[in-house]
Amino acid sequence: MSKTLIRGAKVLGGDPQDVLIDGAVVEAVGRNLPAEGAEVVEADGKVLLPGLVDLHTHLREPGREDSETVLTGTRAAASGGYTNVFAMANTFPVADTAGVVEQVWRLGQESGYCDVQPIGAVTVGLEGAKLAELGAMHESAAGVTVFSDDGKCVHDAVIMRRALEYVKAFGGVVAQHAQEPRLTEGAQMNEGVVSAELGLGGWPAVAEESVIARDVLLAEHVGSRVHICHLSTAGSVEIVRWAKSRGIDVTAEVTPHHLLLTDELVRSYNPVYKVNPPLRTERDVMALREALADGTIDIVATDHAPHPHEDKDCEWAAAAMGMVGLETALSVVQETMVDTGLLDWAGVADRMSFKPAQIGQATGHGRPVSAGEPANLTLVESAYRGQVDPAGFASRSRNTPYEGRELPGRVTHTWLRGKATLVDGKLT
Amino acid sequence: MQRHLISAADLTRDDAVLILDTAEEMARVADRPIKKLPTLRGRTVVNLFFEDSTRTRISFEAAEKRLSADVINFTAKGSSVSKGESLKDTAQTLEAMGVDAVVIRHGASGAPYRLATSGWIDAAVVNAGDGTHQHPTQALLDAFTVRRRLVGRDTGLGKDLDGRRITLVGDILHSRVARSNVDLLHTLGAEVTLVAPPTLLPVGVETWPCEVSYDLDSTLPKSDAVMLLRVQRERMNAAFFPTEREYSRRYGLDGDRMAKMPDHAVVMHPGPMVRGMEITAEVADSDRCTAVEQVTNGVSIRMAVLYLLLGGNEPAVSHARTTEEK
Repeated sequence: MSKTLIRGAKVLGGDPQDVLIDGAVVEAVGRNLPAEGAEVVEADGKVLLPGLVDLHTHLREPGREDSETVLTGTRAAASGGYTNVFAMANTFPVADTAGVVEQVWRLGQESGYCDVQPIGAVTVGLEGAKLAELGAMHESAAGVTVFSDDGKCVHDAVIMRRALEYVKAFGGVVAQHAQEPRLTEGAQMNEGVVSAELGLGGWPAVAEESVIARDVLLAEHVGSRVHICHLSTAGSVEIVRWAKSRGIDVTAEVTPHHLLLTDELVRSYNPVYKVNPPLRTERDVMALREALADGTIDIVATDHAPHPHEDKDCEWAAAAMGMVGLETALSVVQETMVDTGLLDWAGVADRMSFKPAQIGQATGHGRPVSAGEPANLTLVESAYRGQVDPAGFASRSRNTPYEGRELPGRVTHTWLRGKATLVDGKLT
Repeated sequence: MQRHLISAADLTRDDAVLILDTAEEMARVADRPIKKLPTLRGRTVVNLFFEDSTRTRISFEAAEKRLSADVINFTAKGSSVSKGESLKDTAQTLEAMGVDAVVIRHGASGAPYRLATSGWIDAAVVNAGDGTHQHPTQALLDAFTVRRRLVGRDTGLGKDLDGRRITLVGDILHSRVARSNVDLLHTLGAEVTLVAPPTLLPVGVETWPCEVSYDLDSTLPKSDAVMLLRVQRERMNAAFFPTEREYSRRYGLDGDRMAKMPDHAVVMHPGPMVRGMEITAEVADSDRCTAVEQVTNGVSIRMAVLYLLLGGNEPAVSHARTTEEK
């Protein structure tokens, strides 16, 4: 098997060390490791992280291959430093049967750029009415453990309760897209000062917070674990903090865009800023950063949501919701968390690799960078600064809110089980 | 340089006064036997209406024709739009036919802004009402009407509405007319009060440059003009208020309430009126109600806006937000 020596890398941001990969595993970590017989990558002070794990990706296949496929999506993932992504269930057809999740899982295996772990729908057709065959999806080759109707909220309290209870039989977890549907009918953006002025339908914070409050209480009542997708408000943070202090088994994620962008951007009426949950206020952004730093929010998840150009090149109300995120996530996290002093690189590894792998029970991912562990690794040039150019994206879609924005950090290398998927910023 | 009229908030005091003064000049044309100016001869204006609006479209059309522009009317119903064509393609198709200005009415807030700033077309864009966002020519014609009535037709020239107390009553939440009027009246120095049930006021209204009240009766004696907004009956089903009758009792303007207004105060309505809901027939048909005048004034205002955007030498309508972001 081939050997690779990564020389002089700041492992999790620490002092420079060498990391020797032999085949699919890390053979040794230390100083002055022998380069004999190994291909040498001069890290030159770059930061080495465990391969990133994204618990919330939309790969769009099957059904919307015009916006992304498993192949293009996993190439985007590798570009962004990811070695494992969890593919959301809102495909066409919906991933609510063993057949569909196995198809997605197999496409991921074939891509070779990044492991794909399908997420199963909680309810048939994401309709919120009838539980999908959760057990069958778990027992399929895809081995689904995370279930979500993401894009839609499991709004019926009884269905949510049953789902939380049912998946305990095989250690699954329900990931809730918290959005009270009646409070968000016709919602176009965060409800507040800006929506009042722009005349766009409001998406009030309480529509998210009330569902989270209900679900943590349900989880407590039935003794289940619940995961909250894309927290976006300061109030949601307070509720999760309270729930954790009470010992409720809840985990939560935040997207990169909610750590950086605010609803002021909607004044441009440019649908590239249209996303669900919507961009909130500066106060919310600061609360989310603080919560990610103190561990109230466990992980960063991209909610990578590719859309074809025509679905964004239109008037706001007609545009699709969502942003691509895999290829900019780490840069945004560096900008908002590392360069602000809120989180060190070990913290980034925790929030973007260890914890998401733990929540999703990913095997072989989110492991420490040490001898004997799978060689899923990401090398980051943290000193780099550059403008985001969507033309260079590996994703099939270009709907990024960061076009032209200067961001720090760049992933130069990604290894998936010892095989380089990204070398010097280029996909292999 | 490309110039548009997208939002009343983009107008400075001087822009607005110039438009009002120009509209007075235009109004004199209407008194002539031949109500036509050659100003826009050879220029083509398209009225691009994605939302039903007979009144506003006819008003623009009359204004355009009085300025001798060539007029194309495009309504979305039965057009390629209903076959799935995008706003971008529609606009580009029209511009390819040599259009100098696009007057757009659209159900989506921000659609005219997108049209003006996305690089899709080069023509001047005039917002004729977008979603629940803005309807700047309506605000201008309202301000014009207020100035004529309260300051005077000739004495008003060059003047703003400093210190005039203007009350807007009704569905503020869904009203582009309200948003435009708050912006413009504030710019012109008026003191604006919004009156509505709390359900029909947007979250965030507290940051607007106006007062807010839930009580119509206490506001009326302190109003120089009361502007009533149409309340759509379908709002009732969405629980914004219990019944039409209750709304009417609490926020409708009838003769008794009108009597509480100062003698000089006027009643305004952008139309179409729902008689028996926000306004009684007695009030609507009284001398104090300016609804019909507002329609007449609308033509003058739209002539002034088109003249200043397309024909005037000096830029009358600046649009700082657009140029900054280019």
